[in-house]
Amino acid sequence: MRAEQIGVKLGPRQVLSGVSAGFRAGEVTAILGPNGAGKSTLLACLAGLRRPDQGQVWLGDETILSLPPRIRAQRLGFIPQSPEVAWALEVEILVGLGRTPHIGARGLSREDGEAVARAMAAAGIEGLAGRDVTTLSGGERARVLIARALAGEPDWLLADEPLTGLDPGHQLDVAALFRAMAHGQGRGVIVTLHDLSLAARMADRILVLCEGGVASDGPPAQALTSEVLARAYGIEARLTPTEVGLTIEVLGRTA
Amino acid sequence: MSVRRFMIPILIGLVLVLALISLSAGKVWVPLSLWFRPDDPLSAIILDLRLPRTLLAIAVGASLGMSGAALQGYTRNPLADPGVLGVSSMAALGAVLTLYLGISLQAVWVLPAAAMVAAILGVILLLGLAGSTSSVVTFILAGVILNSVAGAGVAVALSLAPNPWAVGEIINWMMGSLADRSLTDLQMALPFILAGCGLILTTGRALDALSLGEAGARSLGINMAATRWCLALGVGLATGAGVAVTGVIGFVGLVTPHLLRPLIGARPAGLLLPSAVGGAVIVLAADILVRLIPSVAEVKLGVAMAALGGPFFLALLLSLRRRVA
Repeated sequence: MRAEQIGVKLGPRQVLSGVSAGFRAGEVTAILGPNGAGKSTLLACLAGLRRPDQGQVWLGDETILSLPPRIRAQRLGFIPQSPEVAWALEVEILVGLGRTPHIGARGLSREDGEAVARAMAAAGIEGLAGRDVTTLSGGERARVLIARALAGEPDWLLADEPLTGLDPGHQLDVAALFRAMAHGQGRGVIVTLHDLSLAARMADRILVLCEGGVASDGPPAQALTSEVLARAYGIEARLTPTEVGLTIEVLGRTA
Repeated sequence: MSVRRFMIPILIGLVLVLALISLSAGKVWVPLSLWFRPDDPLSAIILDLRLPRTLLAIAVGASLGMSGAALQGYTRNPLADPGVLGVSSMAALGAVLTLYLGISLQAVWVLPAAAMVAAILGVILLLGLAGSTSSVVTFILAGVILNSVAGAGVAVALSLAPNPWAVGEIINWMMGSLADRSLTDLQMALPFILAGCGLILTTGRALDALSLGEAGARSLGINMAATRWCLALGVGLATGAGVAVTGVIGFVGLVTPHLLRPLIGARPAGLLLPSAVGGAVIVLAADILVRLIPSVAEVKLGVAMAALGGPFFLALLLSLRRRVA
């Protein structure tokens, strides 16, 4: 998947301008950046949910917007930011919604049922099948929503701030789930994140957005430097490589 | 699970039983043994008065129940229904305008056509006013706007009505009723109610996907523009055709899906058909009730439904508030 010179204007504000980046299957890519840097906007463009004012998103040799919505939805799963679930649905029915782009006129087939079961097993939520979604804890809910996206068996999985609101333990669990999808199943995973250390830990590649452009792009150790953090976030930080990633100590605001 | 599977047969059974009662009940009770004697004057009551009334109750109840379930699914809001969101009022305004202008007598189709066009316009305005945000607040506000504009239009028509006949006709209209309707009325409404319900049923998958919000539904490949048009035409035709024949009967669309949700699950598409059958049950039951209330003139069905629906709405609001708090 490739984004080419993406530019988006929201009202008078140029949110993204000339953003280009390639994404590889089998990798977790984290999109970072300060509030308002355009992370969610970029992700919506990548998901084909927003038409950029300039530029194109390519999936293979087709642009994402030229794909029929149903085909696009089969190849690309999207988890919106703080996703709402409107009704007190059972977990199994909610995960089944992920099959929407695949089901024919006759409703869920046995194949669909198997995909749902696989997705629930991958997310480790088999035990929740009959539970009412509104009664789940935050960590269970996050897993259920990931299973929902997995049920469609997409080649690409895009998630907007999937770790926000989870405790550190559940953040690690969900991060491991995303890594397993990329490394184990060969899917392309793209997530937007706020937590720098967590991004360094879970991502194979990091894209830092700042003022509508790409501030840096590469493996965590190269993409996250004190200079980039100063420019993008306006913070002074000390970065120390560790065996699981990077420790990032925020010292204060830059002068 | 077993309750779910048997819910539709149970509801259909209820409709059949209530339909039999509806054919027998009223000021004059007609026993079953007299139904099929063409020479008996009582059989005329069955065929000319109670049969159209019963069939209309089923058709209108079904259209309101399904419209309510569809609107609740689309807005993701259990307080939505054609009445609350102003669709019924718009249909009534369309009908009242033809009465006011005196053009309703020129052809039998003028009034129903006006009611349906106004209802479709109402849903389009509703979806347009609520915008792409689809938040609960904007929907309810859009409904308030439609209700008050339509109400004001009807009030203007009443106060400027050219003659007392028109005033009487309009007032009679405003209080929905199934009394004294003919098979012609049924023939007029039924095709549009069926077409409307058919259109609503095509949105089922989209309504399910909308449980995940609009971004979620679009990411699942749902065409939101097509969904909106099917919903606007479907709810507009079904509600408009019903209102054209019976006047405004509120709360059926609100109450029915809400009562069924705990029994058969909250999945919006799964609620559409049961809500149609359930709506028929409620309107039939209410219509039998108003016939049995001993009073000089029959209590209007729309008034009775409003009297029952108001407290129900209050209870629903209180339980929602408790859940939010």
